[in-house]
Amino acid sequence: MTTASPISPRQALGAITLRNYTTYKRYWKLFLTGFLEPVLYLFSIGIGVGQLIESFELNGQPIPYAEFVAPGMLAASAFNGALLDSTYNVFFKLKYDKLYDQMLATPLTTADVARGEILWGQLRGASYSAAFLLVMLAMGLVHSWWAVLALPATLLIGFAFSAVFMAWTTWMKSFQDFDKITLVQLPMFLFSATFFPVEAYGDGAVRWVVEATPLYRGVVLCRELTTGEPTWASGVSVLYLLAMGLLGMVVVRRRLDTLLRT
Amino acid sequence: MATLHNAAAEGVLRQVDYWWTVFKRTWRGSVISSFVAPLFYVVGMGVLLGGFVSAAPAELEGATSYLAFLVPGLVAAHAMQLAVGETTYPVMGAIKWHRSYHAQMATPLRVCDIVNAHLVFVALRIASACAVFLLVLAPFGVFVTWWGPVLAWFGLILLGMAFATVVFGISARMTSEEGYGVIYRLGVVPLVLFSGSFFPIDNLGPVLGWVARLTPLWHGVDLTRMLCLDTVDATTALVHVLVLVVITALGWRWATRGLEQRLGS
Repeated sequence: MTTASPISPRQALGAITLRNYTTYKRYWKLFLTGFLEPVLYLFSIGIGVGQLIESFELNGQPIPYAEFVAPGMLAASAFNGALLDSTYNVFFKLKYDKLYDQMLATPLTTADVARGEILWGQLRGASYSAAFLLVMLAMGLVHSWWAVLALPATLLIGFAFSAVFMAWTTWMKSFQDFDKITLVQLPMFLFSATFFPVEAYGDGAVRWVVEATPLYRGVVLCRELTTGEPTWASGVSVLYLLAMGLLGMVVVRRRLDTLLRT
Repeated sequence: MATLHNAAAEGVLRQVDYWWTVFKRTWRGSVISSFVAPLFYVVGMGVLLGGFVSAAPAELEGATSYLAFLVPGLVAAHAMQLAVGETTYPVMGAIKWHRSYHAQMATPLRVCDIVNAHLVFVALRIASACAVFLLVLAPFGVFVTWWGPVLAWFGLILLGMAFATVVFGISARMTSEEGYGVIYRLGVVPLVLFSGSFFPIDNLGPVLGWVARLTPLWHGVDLTRMLCLDTVDATTALVHVLVLVVITALGWRWATRGLEQRLGS
């Protein structure tokens, strides 16, 4: 079993990406409208509801509500996109399409499959994030060059959640199990300081719990970057998300090995 | 006439139990989407974000808190989403995937019985989900009178049926489920976000405000809110009901014709 694989990991990644691109071209309408969703949320919540809110304090500075909520939407949309790609799509390919079985009949390895799927999710997520940042810029919600780093920050969020949710998906038995994902997704989306500051939880244990969740780290990271106020906590967020993603990758690969190589 | 009515009623009754049986086997999955999820929105947007809203009742269409403003909007949006959810994939499935409509056509049932039965089931789903939603929210102190939410409940069923009949008609004519993604993203999501559920439509400005006033969801949202907050304006309420009744009636024709053409050929 020590024979060298006929293709390198990079070639494998290229092949899987090309395959995904070819099949996805058919769904370009879905792709295009997918970008609309966070923008609509920004207009509705940021502007519509924002007119009812005076302003928030951020690092001692008052900040208009739209400026507060936009980076939250940016992070949440990276999170939602990664989640959809790595749960429903992966489940379908794993269980019904048997796509990964087919891929493994070629020189591809389970590690290639995991990397390929996550890279594809990242490419899609990156295009959404970049478009959203441009909308923020056009609306005058960005005032700092640090905001350029918000794009890699959303990629980091996407990577961390893709890996972990893909790992989780490998344990799913039927579509009924997806309710459990909704039970995790929705509270995270609503309660991760996306729509209101974490101070709403007071100073107790609830706030500690919220601050320890990955989406909260991602939201705050994006907010620190788009408002131009990165801190040491931003570094903590980066390391947290990176570790989460790498851990997820290891689990995904092992699970695909046991599921498909037996 | 009497026999005709009986025939229609019998056709529906013979058929509703099918959907009821399906529901009995799958309701657990719907608990989270139809109940836990809206409750998360109430707590997140209404209670927590609402704590930062310091608008006067005049800015909130008469509500004394953002929570009281938001709740009727959320229930109305929820009724719409349930109606759309029950008339998209399940209808496509019955036509195309498991073909249960075809199986039902092999019995003495007529196309309109099949449509009616499915719609009755959808109405029951909306009625029960909205009733539970309203009951759970009552202790939050968001309702001004006891009869307001009761009347609003009937309005919510009507709102749901306006969407259910129209979307049923679309589903009966659609050949591929790919269009649903677009319906959700360009139809359902913008309606939820901009039809006065989350904020007063006056905040949209004059032009977009009028666009919002033309959407069926806004009629349902405003009707529900007027009843829940006890700020009913009789003429406006009548217009809302009338609009929803007309849409439901036209939608029902559209749905029946659509399925007749689909199954007839």
